[in-house]
Amino acid sequence: MAPAIKVENLSKAYQLGQFGTNTISGDVQRWWMTKILKKEDPFLKIGESNDRSVKGESNIAWSLKDINFEVQQGEALGIIGQNGAGKSTLLKILSRVTSPTQGGFKIKGRVASLLEVGTGFHPELSGKENIFLNGAILGMRKHEIKNRFDEIVDFAGVERYLETPVKRYSSGMYVRLAFAVAAHLDAEILVVDEVLAVGDAEFQKKCIGKMNDISKGQGRTILFVSHNMGAIKALCSKAFILHKGKVNGLGASNDIIAQYLKINETKYNYQHSNGKINVKFFGIFNAETKEKSNNIPHDVDFEIKIVFESNIDNDNAIIAILLKDSYGLKISTIHIKPFHIQSGENRIHIKIKGGYLVPNTFSWLLNIHDQYESIFKIDNIASFKIFDNGSDFYKWERIDYGKVFLKHTVI
Amino acid sequence: MEINKEEKWDLEVTPERGLFELPLKDIWHFRDLLVLMVRRDVVSFYKQTILGPLWFFIQPVFTTLVFVFVFGNLAGLSTDGLPQGLFYLAGITAWNYFADCLIKTSTVFRDNAQLFGKVYFPRLVVPISIVTGNLIRFGVQFLLFMGVWLYFYLQGSDIFLTWVALLFPLLVVLMAFLGLGLGLMITAMTTKYRDLAFLVTFGVQLLMYTTTVIYPLSTAPEKYRHIVALNPMTGIIETFRYAFLGEGMFSWSLLGYSTLVALGSMILGVLIFNKTEKNFIDTV
Repeated sequence: MAPAIKVENLSKAYQLGQFGTNTISGDVQRWWMTKILKKEDPFLKIGESNDRSVKGESNIAWSLKDINFEVQQGEALGIIGQNGAGKSTLLKILSRVTSPTQGGFKIKGRVASLLEVGTGFHPELSGKENIFLNGAILGMRKHEIKNRFDEIVDFAGVERYLETPVKRYSSGMYVRLAFAVAAHLDAEILVVDEVLAVGDAEFQKKCIGKMNDISKGQGRTILFVSHNMGAIKALCSKAFILHKGKVNGLGASNDIIAQYLKINETKYNYQHSNGKINVKFFGIFNAETKEKSNNIPHDVDFEIKIVFESNIDNDNAIIAILLKDSYGLKISTIHIKPFHIQSGENRIHIKIKGGYLVPNTFSWLLNIHDQYESIFKIDNIASFKIFDNGSDFYKWERIDYGKVFLKHTVI
Repeated sequence: MEINKEEKWDLEVTPERGLFELPLKDIWHFRDLLVLMVRRDVVSFYKQTILGPLWFFIQPVFTTLVFVFVFGNLAGLSTDGLPQGLFYLAGITAWNYFADCLIKTSTVFRDNAQLFGKVYFPRLVVPISIVTGNLIRFGVQFLLFMGVWLYFYLQGSDIFLTWVALLFPLLVVLMAFLGLGLGLMITAMTTKYRDLAFLVTFGVQLLMYTTTVIYPLSTAPEKYRHIVALNPMTGIIETFRYAFLGEGMFSWSLLGYSTLVALGSMILGVLIFNKTEKNFIDTV
């Protein structure tokens, strides 16, 4: 199959800081160097990577550096990466909103980009007028929109409100209409940024279905950025990680997602003490791989290891480990009792069965107490993520459908 | 990657774009968008108003009334023997079109940063749609002018159409080019440093006094006349008055000068705009 997009040595530099009187002297200098003396741009010389947490020396940041990849026709390619890794910049360049600093790309066919839902919608105009306006902005001719008009309205499900100004629409209707227009474009390449985060579950499912249809059914090419690993898995056969402005591994989306979750783990050390107890370690481990991990597949068992030092001795203590959700609500408590706290080092190692927790972020509260009072308490520690490894609910990933899966049978 | 067969690509994007590489084909492809944008601007202008399109009339009528009162009656400026209302209305109608085009196009990048930041289409479509949309407004105001003209004509005022009225389409094009060209230059130059934008808001108003909206060129003292004539709008307004009212200074050299400036600023404006459009989103 022939490539539809070919990106070659693509780099993009951004100037940091404020534009003001300081920059005009820099601009003049730069213009003199590059245009008159035909020398290399002095501002681009210092190659610093795109790491927002480290303070650099120059006021130029490479948002993207030497990006190379190809997308075949009819392929759906997922792009994953942390915030600020350069995903949006890459999509902006590919949809020609801005241009590269170095390198370039080649494209076969028309590109329709959906970097934001409802770009160019005018709040005062009716839904119908906006379909035409939005379609035209995305590069469709009027007759093309007319041909697809019924399909678009049908997909968005807003027939009753067609003559109403879109400013009266609910946000859900707005998103539905906007996506419907973009999804019915006749472009050969569809560039989609994280736009499915809005909209309800039913609609998200519909969108993924539609995009699947576009790429697999109609043989069109899709570039898809999302934080929703379930969606990437469902839609894209291939993916790559964008890490600090560089392409980091390109391959089957399953492998890449696993690789990404591993990179994403933050390192931490607990050093917490109240004089009696000193917690030195509190970690979550994937029971299958035996590795320490903050990202646990929802269907895999995991373990908690706690190491603490004590200068008291109590053979009738209780260790309470509370699981809390991202809002801090308590979900469940594990009691270990009686627990014999020895002076010196103590270890706790427990295994928790997988498959019960709904993909989400959780954290722990550790309370060590005796019959009467708390000896030691530490809250919000060892935050970890349960990610969807293909549950029945993966399409509802952004939707709150509870915290636990109840094991059940339908009778 | 082996370099095998010559691949055929529809689009190749590189960092630099030539100065004269205008995306004319793209603009032609987006002509429907142009029409829709004009429609959007016109329709959204009077949405949720009671008087609706009547608002197109109200501004020139009131401006004319105030001018008649202040400049005609209080200051007693000459109007070349023409009815005051008609004299001012002619100037205001022409000036408004130029000023609207200039002011609105001079903020194209900033006003549309949100849209331009999310989707590509030839940016020139927007300023062209502004100029075209203003044309509708100008048309309505011109009808008003002709209505007033007819009223004074029937009243027996000494006004008459001259053959120069045949140049009317040229005048409209010149005003559009002038407003568009200057606006494009300003918007392109204000994406990074906004200083110039402050100048536009009051500059356009001041500029009106250096042209012949409120006084005829013939009454300007000889030694200042060439300064007033330096404003390219002077030639256009004078020609406009001469065409429809039979008074005013019409000369080919004055009109020729205006034409040259209009064409020059249009070409320069488009080139600068085109150069800026591909990266402005990083600095705006």
